[in-house]
Amino acid sequence: MSTSANPPRVPVAIIGSGNIGTDLMYKLRRSPVLEPRWMVGIDAASDGLRRAGELGLRTTADGVEGLLPHLVADGIRVVFDATSAHAHVQNWRRLAEHDVLVVDLTPAAVGPYVIPPVNLGAHLDGGARNVNMVTCGGQATVPMVAAVSRVQPVAYAEIVATVASRSAGPGTRNNIDEFTRTTARAVEQLGGARRGKAIIILNPAEPPLIMRDTIHCLTVDDPDVEAITTSVRAMIREVQRYVPGYALKNGPIVDGRRVTVYVEVEGLGDYLPPYAGNLDIMTAAALRTGEVWAERARSGGAR
Amino acid sequence: MTASTLAGRQVVLHDMSLRDGMHPKRHQITLEQMVSVATALDAAGVPLIEVSHGDGLGGSSITYGFGLHGDRDYLEAVVPKMTRAKISALLLPGIGTVDDLKMAADCGVATIRIATHCTEADVAAQHLGAARKLGLDTVGFLMMAHMIPPDALLAQAKRLEADGATTVYVTDSAGYLLPADVTARIGLLRAELRPDTAIGFHGHHNLGMGIANSIAAIEAGAVRIDASAAGLGAGAGNTPLEVLVAVLDRMGADHGCDLYRVMDVAEDLIVPMMDRPVRIDRDALILGYAGVYSSFLLFAQRAGARYGVSPRDILVELGRRRTIGGQEDMIEDLALDMARAAGEKIGS
Repeated sequence: MSTSANPPRVPVAIIGSGNIGTDLMYKLRRSPVLEPRWMVGIDAASDGLRRAGELGLRTTADGVEGLLPHLVADGIRVVFDATSAHAHVQNWRRLAEHDVLVVDLTPAAVGPYVIPPVNLGAHLDGGARNVNMVTCGGQATVPMVAAVSRVQPVAYAEIVATVASRSAGPGTRNNIDEFTRTTARAVEQLGGARRGKAIIILNPAEPPLIMRDTIHCLTVDDPDVEAITTSVRAMIREVQRYVPGYALKNGPIVDGRRVTVYVEVEGLGDYLPPYAGNLDIMTAAALRTGEVWAERARSGGAR
Repeated sequence: MTASTLAGRQVVLHDMSLRDGMHPKRHQITLEQMVSVATALDAAGVPLIEVSHGDGLGGSSITYGFGLHGDRDYLEAVVPKMTRAKISALLLPGIGTVDDLKMAADCGVATIRIATHCTEADVAAQHLGAARKLGLDTVGFLMMAHMIPPDALLAQAKRLEADGATTVYVTDSAGYLLPADVTARIGLLRAELRPDTAIGFHGHHNLGMGIANSIAAIEAGAVRIDASAAGLGAGAGNTPLEVLVAVLDRMGADHGCDLYRVMDVAEDLIVPMMDRPVRIDRDALILGYAGVYSSFLLFAQRAGARYGVSPRDILVELGRRRTIGGQEDMIEDLALDMARAAGEKIGS
């Protein structure tokens, strides 16, 4: 079997060898567009760096400084940052002068929020060089708010993200307010609701439950049930293109001006188990963002 | 009469009717009712009164029910009217934020209670820290405390203590605990937490254990006890305050409340406010029996009526799935699944 007909894959680097970075690495290995070349950590003993080395990636435990000398030589075009909000600010300072797209999976939000099926095209057309992946709850719910608000105005949207305790790392736990604030902002800015609210629940049940999300919208006028249902189903399919385990569980339910959608997100189980759909949807959205950017760059569309 | 185990023991009673009581009122208590109840409780000598949305600051939502007024409106109306009583507010991280906490502090609350599920104490660190910094009486509140054994609960209590809580609560959100379970939990916390960390107990009356559990808690070392005038609270309500005061009087505990005045608040102010009697009906009983979060009661009844499913079946299933506080959004979703499953059975 020959692969010579396919254009070469675009080399990328991952900074952050924790759960998210490692999960992303496995997804990148399957990508027809991107090729994981570097895994960057700060702990030489981390499981993520060890796995990356075994899989043939180049690795460094010296953080972004260990990557910079190789950026140009190895033709890195996309850098995924799965560290922390604080570290991302430092990393971006060093990467900004280079000709790379930085996909930020931390809550730093230096660049604009991106939810792939909602606004990815707009940002890439606009030449953004640093894009932020919001939160897991944002990735899972904002598409549904947008699906309603593209049919008719939404006065208020509220989302509840329920995730398995075991899938919520220290970053989320130490700053849970950041999750609720950022997600609520994305519900407004990208979802199109005039006002947004986000709630997160960590459930410790064993075996761990799959991520589930409730999305409520209050429409300004009486909801057009048929048009909203069509729009929601179309958006579900859009998300499923990069998150196969994203599923409509119930709804849209209409009660007066309340429109409610219940979704479930099952992960692919690449590094994190399938119940951790919340982490999977982040890495899948980041991958999708990198792929779409690289395809455009390859065809001369982005720059 | 036999000698009392509680003679001379100091107990701080904390009224819940204007916070947990928001659940059976669907968060529709008026400002006038808030002020009149709080003022009467203050005059009765109740030292601490909680005022918040039923699901805590920031709880006003589609998921939990919009409040008739905002938390700020309620606090601004009540706090200035207090002569002796202090006002507390509840906050569930993941629902409310530090911004809400600061708002409550601005309004003059003396006590803030940060509530988490009993296994998730570490999400409270940010809020406990902020409360301490603001000089508030800072309480950690471990909900659904029946779901884990005493030693696991102790580990979480220690986490709250390390993160700044000066009082730690064992919270029986489902009204599931029996007196021996309360004794085991409170006793272990009292033995292992720092001596200057106070311990509290919050009960629900779903199995009729509100008073017995509260007495067990005090005997085991709790010094702060939640109760609610006329029991107004989620499920079958909280430990009824006037009954607890009567029992504590008989046992010679030192609580500072006037029994007759508390009885009159319950009878003259709270009972007339009730949309329906807060009592151990079959659905409230099942909460305590199956270990389900008490605020799910009305949601299960509404979803049951809308989708033709028994509320009792919904509640039992929620218990089987080990749902926790705040998962009200799951109830309609589950009722839809159950209605569909029932339809398929009939259809086949």
